[in-house]
Amino acid sequence: MTYGLNMPKRSDLKSILILGAGPIVIGQACEFDYSGAQACQALREEGYRVILVNSNPATIMTDPAMADATYIEPVTWQIVEKIIAKERPDAVLPTMGGQTALNCALDLDRHGVLKKYNVELIGASSEAIDKAENRELFDKAMKAIGLETPAHGMAHNMEEAFAALDQVGFPCIVRPSFTLGGSGGGIAYNKEEFIEICTRGLELSPTNELLIDESLIGWKEYELEVVRDHKDNCIIVCAIENFDAMGVHTGDSITVAPSQTLTDKEYQILRNAAIAVLREIGVETGGSNVQFGMCPKTGRLVIIEMNPRVSRSSALASKATGFPIARVAAKLAIGYTLDELRNEITGGATPSSFEPAIDYVVTKIPRFTFEKFPETNDRITTQMKSVGEVMAIGRTFQESMQKALRGLEVGVSGFDPLLETGLSDSMDILKRELKDAGGERVWYVADAFRQGWSVETVAGLTGIDPWFLVQIEDLMKEEKRISEMSLEQIDKDVLFRLKQKGFSDSRMATLLNIPELRMQEHRHALGVRPVYKRVDTCAAEFASTTAYMYSTYEEECEALPSDRKKIMVLGGGPNRIGQGIEFDYCCVHAALAMREDGYETIMVNCNPETVSTDYNISDRLYFEPVTFEDVLEIVRLEKPHGVIVQFGGQTPLNLAKRLEAAGVPIIGTSADAIDLAEDRERFQRMIQKLGLKQPPNCIVRSVEESIEAAERISYPLVVRPSYVLGGRSMEIVYNEEELRRYMRTSVKVGNESPVLLDYFLNAAIEIDVDLVSDGKQVVVGAIMQHIEQAGVHSGDSACSLPPYNLTEEVQDRIREQVTMLAKELNVVGLMNTQLAYQDGEIFVIEVNPRASRTVPFVSKCIGVSLAKVAARCMAGTTLKEQGFEKEIVPHNFAVKEAVFPFNKFPGVDPILGPEMKSTGEVMGVGRTFAEAFAKSQLGAGEEIKTSGAVFISVRDADKPRLEEVAGKLHKLGFSLLATQGTAAVIASVGLPVTSVNKVNEGRPHIVDMIKNEEVQFIVNTTEGKQAIADSSIIRRTALRHDVTCTTTIAGALAICESLEFGDNLSVYTIQELHAEL
Amino acid sequence: MKRSFHSAFFHPDFAFYRENALINPAVLALEDGSIFRGRAIGAHGVTSGEVVFNTSMTGYQEILTDPSYARQIVTLTYPHIGNTGTNSEDNESDNVWASGLVIRDLPLVASNWRNEQTLEEFLKERNVVAIAEIDTRRLTRLLRDKGPLNGCVLSGEALEKLGEAHALEQARQFPGLKGMDLAKEVSIKTPFEWQEGLWKLGEGHKVAPLDKPFHVVAYDFGAKRNILRMIASRNCKVTVVPAQTSAEDVLALKPDGVFLSNGPGDPEPCDYAIAATKRFLELDIPIFGICLGCQILALACGAKTVKMRLGHHGANHPVQNIDSGVVSITSQNHGFAVEEASLPANLKATHRSLFDGSLQGIERTDKPAFAFQGHPEASPGPHDITSLFDHFIELMTAKANG
Repeated sequence: MTYGLNMPKRSDLKSILILGAGPIVIGQACEFDYSGAQACQALREEGYRVILVNSNPATIMTDPAMADATYIEPVTWQIVEKIIAKERPDAVLPTMGGQTALNCALDLDRHGVLKKYNVELIGASSEAIDKAENRELFDKAMKAIGLETPAHGMAHNMEEAFAALDQVGFPCIVRPSFTLGGSGGGIAYNKEEFIEICTRGLELSPTNELLIDESLIGWKEYELEVVRDHKDNCIIVCAIENFDAMGVHTGDSITVAPSQTLTDKEYQILRNAAIAVLREIGVETGGSNVQFGMCPKTGRLVIIEMNPRVSRSSALASKATGFPIARVAAKLAIGYTLDELRNEITGGATPSSFEPAIDYVVTKIPRFTFEKFPETNDRITTQMKSVGEVMAIGRTFQESMQKALRGLEVGVSGFDPLLETGLSDSMDILKRELKDAGGERVWYVADAFRQGWSVETVAGLTGIDPWFLVQIEDLMKEEKRISEMSLEQIDKDVLFRLKQKGFSDSRMATLLNIPELRMQEHRHALGVRPVYKRVDTCAAEFASTTAYMYSTYEEECEALPSDRKKIMVLGGGPNRIGQGIEFDYCCVHAALAMREDGYETIMVNCNPETVSTDYNISDRLYFEPVTFEDVLEIVRLEKPHGVIVQFGGQTPLNLAKRLEAAGVPIIGTSADAIDLAEDRERFQRMIQKLGLKQPPNCIVRSVEESIEAAERISYPLVVRPSYVLGGRSMEIVYNEEELRRYMRTSVKVGNESPVLLDYFLNAAIEIDVDLVSDGKQVVVGAIMQHIEQAGVHSGDSACSLPPYNLTEEVQDRIREQVTMLAKELNVVGLMNTQLAYQDGEIFVIEVNPRASRTVPFVSKCIGVSLAKVAARCMAGTTLKEQGFEKEIVPHNFAVKEAVFPFNKFPGVDPILGPEMKSTGEVMGVGRTFAEAFAKSQLGAGEEIKTSGAVFISVRDADKPRLEEVAGKLHKLGFSLLATQGTAAVIASVGLPVTSVNKVNEGRPHIVDMIKNEEVQFIVNTTEGKQAIADSSIIRRTALRHDVTCTTTIAGALAICESLEFGDNLSVYTIQELHAEL
Repeated sequence: MKRSFHSAFFHPDFAFYRENALINPAVLALEDGSIFRGRAIGAHGVTSGEVVFNTSMTGYQEILTDPSYARQIVTLTYPHIGNTGTNSEDNESDNVWASGLVIRDLPLVASNWRNEQTLEEFLKERNVVAIAEIDTRRLTRLLRDKGPLNGCVLSGEALEKLGEAHALEQARQFPGLKGMDLAKEVSIKTPFEWQEGLWKLGEGHKVAPLDKPFHVVAYDFGAKRNILRMIASRNCKVTVVPAQTSAEDVLALKPDGVFLSNGPGDPEPCDYAIAATKRFLELDIPIFGICLGCQILALACGAKTVKMRLGHHGANHPVQNIDSGVVSITSQNHGFAVEEASLPANLKATHRSLFDGSLQGIERTDKPAFAFQGHPEASPGPHDITSLFDHFIELMTAKANG
């Protein structure tokens, strides 16, 4: 390393390549956009040329202004090598992009790329990464510094298993290696169980290997965020204590900061150990997290793991303390030391070389999505399953916990009861839910106290520390007291105390059996209002210039609202399937645009992973649940000129009507227009008025009504409840029997939520259009053609921009139609339309006058931020004034592909359908559709084999296109296997094909062949509940054996095209692509 | 109020409950007229002192028992105080020296495997008046902006009888710490030998084994136990002597080194200690001072001390070694400081605070004497700078080797 004269940063480096995290998957979400975006900014402002690679278009970090050269390309070593060859960076920073980036860095090192191009890894060396990731090396390193790791052993047969058992003792955790989702493992408490689990595990493991670990179930779990600079200055940014004991993945645990149940002496043991771990592993600069398990009876400490990079928990720690770990880590990587960097939150009054002191309690609760994957085991274990999280800040644990609960948006406003009481086995259910945790355990804990269970009992079943439990017990006592009172009895003192404990108006109203508004009126009449305190890293020791705030009920308010003209943006809350980073991207852009235009910007959100909750993005950040009560209080204090609700997904939209009724100035498309688009009956009238077409449809409110209507419309039908995002409970039914089952089981039918029936346009081409309007003029952002045909949820379908085989004439008709719709709805801001094209006809499927999931993708393709344009329209700047009056159609192709969490949910059928299941997306760009599609597959982690055997089994409706698909695959050199019916069709066109047994046709059958690795590619289209169920084993087996499986004929054709293109992929920066527009 | 847990996970006596909400009113009045109304915890009654805040998130028991807090009412900025109860291992002295305690929330339960007594009982037993359920952040911001203010906590019957006006009057009557010699008040009265070693998990404070030890005489101006443990565990025989012990009496003990402890109050009036220190300097006896001891060494060398506008009380303070640039996160607790501009030529500045630039360490260029303003013994706080104790040993070794 060389350091410039009088300059702390390295002068030998000129350009740095930052590796991004790729698509959002479970365990690796938008926290890496937060860290990556910070790293880009941190390095750029130091004058380095920043080169970035990340395949995820929905990120802020891939905005063209964030780096000098931005590659929205797959984060694989082969592609990155091309980038390195082209850009010749001096260094690679691999610590900002999660495991993806670390793995890519190790691969680059292993394949000699770094050496070949003389590129240095900064932030973490490959030795350090290896030492942290390799279990044997890690154990050895820990032993060297006198720290314990959990006892463990490895076994390939029963003899070795018993030898390992001698090491670890009972109870022990047995895990077969390389099984999907760790299936087949278990906890053994005795010899009998041990033999049983090991025998099964050896069978299930493809490598016949078992990991046998000492069980730390019930131990306390802590995580420390450490930052170190090259002069060996170390600080602990935050100590996080898990509410859930060991046995639950920390990503799936409720966690609390700071640590609550350690004395100083014990905490210092952790602190010293964490720093020693960093030194031993060799993390020279940057942030790492170290996880500890601690025996609650003796304080015995073991190291669970460490990550030599920023992580989900470092994002949480940054938000929890106000200390921007990623930003600081990036600066340390280029040679600064902690004392040379200022602490921005105190306006630079103090340096970054200190440990944040906090004077509040932070609670994080994960959000699960098991309802999307009903076939999977919904117990939470050592493998992470949550898809998002909420964070809340309060002055006490009770307050922060209850704020977090209502911020989760799972239909609760606090500790709403969950247990169905009065069943004969209610108590057994309760006991099971406590002992064997699911995603909703914390509500069952409250239910247990409602049932009068003791803290001892609950602690014994859950392993949760009594310190937490007693406080939940206390809240339940309060709930009981409230429910026995009348509203009049709740005087100012009582109410203030309850609000201090975090009770929402809504929860209290429920307990009092009154409407929420009545509760709110009462509270306002008594003058009980929240105050806002600042997150300042220093517990008020120094004045803070940063307006990062949270609400609480105390004496002094520190908000100090200004009298500037303000725009407030409501965020999307915790990520979930159907509402993720794309919406946060839009919120961030709205805030940035408004700030650029001179408004004071206010952000309200409660998702710690996001860029929107970075206090630098807006002028004022309220880290608050996005609920009616919490938002309204901020509005009353800040008095914004306008509030933007259409960018945060369904979360703020759901509040729009009530906020508007409460006098909140919502800008952009009116709440009524949103309702018009979502209300099927009103919508239908509009479509008719405009002379447009919809698939035949109707709304039903009972089973009988649905059967009658189905006769009229005819099958197949798309069925769904109204008002949903992400296609919850959406299905395609092919006959009356299926319709009856759907109506009976999938939805609660009633006037409140009617069910929509649409005629299903089989094999139609689906199209997405994003547009922006200022209320007078409409400009189309982009027309996107889906790869998968209609029937697959738009969020799960790959799509191409521009369309890859729609005529100009059809596209013009589409432009005309969406413009009519936007004008009719008086859209001010964004509008997304989904259409279907079949046999020369265009059908309008859905109109959403709000930001859509595709806005960031479109923005990256056309070089204009649609969200910014839309925000400006909403604030009153016309499109003409903005100079955006014409659609930009790129010459190149971009393909967006969805990424799925199927490998985390064993037992789930990886078939695509109308219910959205993807967690993230990637973008591939190319001169041709084929190149773009090939990259999108690579980015999504799909390794398509270029030769071998392909198995084909398609439904009747797809048989006409079989010749094309089979012909292409044959030409590519694949040998063809098919089920009898399909084989007959293939043979009839003169192609060589081998007939294969279905699973119910005797052995060996197709599943045997997949297991024997005799199949390299599968085309399996199917329809109807029964047929889908019958063939699900094929897809599940393919998933487990990493065999590419497409469930649509259009998908198969696209894959053929990309295979024809070959692997001669070029890399492009979006800056150069935009310059060509 | 004890409820015990019987389960697979918890030792029977490991958790302690407070069943009821706090009901007795208490008030904190400040000399500037500010009133904070909260609930009484600990003993009921009246107490006054200088109100300071400490931002440490752990270590309330160590803070309360630190003699340097004599005549100070401590506000802890972390809202939940009492989470882990108290135990017999974590005291820094026999008594609670802080005049009072101000917190936001006393938790319903103390939960930790080493807990022996709840904070509430601990305070009551030691007759400490304390107040909870006030907006401690408002108080902290007030103290930050105005500097330490004199204040009074009044609770229970006394509050009922005397009213808030009495608290205000008491606050205004408190004379303040400037010019107050508290070291001799908190000091032990007769010398004794210290033998306890450092705390280890599962072992407690083991007696330090001695093998050809150095003999360190430690002046007790209000010494924290962990300082003595740090010295003792470095193979030293430690004799603790009262604050006003004369140099001659100390010399009679034939010390290899003299340690000047931390302590409360203003260093300037401690003329007896300053005089003794001058004598040790003359004789080239290795000297190590901490906190008040640092100020006394500085005064003995001819430097000046001042009362700080905003004292240091916390466990997250960055202190930089001026020569090496290394930054240590340190525990701090001082309201007076050595003025760097007043240092004579033979007294070198070694450390500075990165929070406010104040002087944090000094060293004689011509004598084996040095001192640190913060707390290298931690307890509570980070252990980053314990190496200063090793430096003390080095000085004694060098001296012994001639």
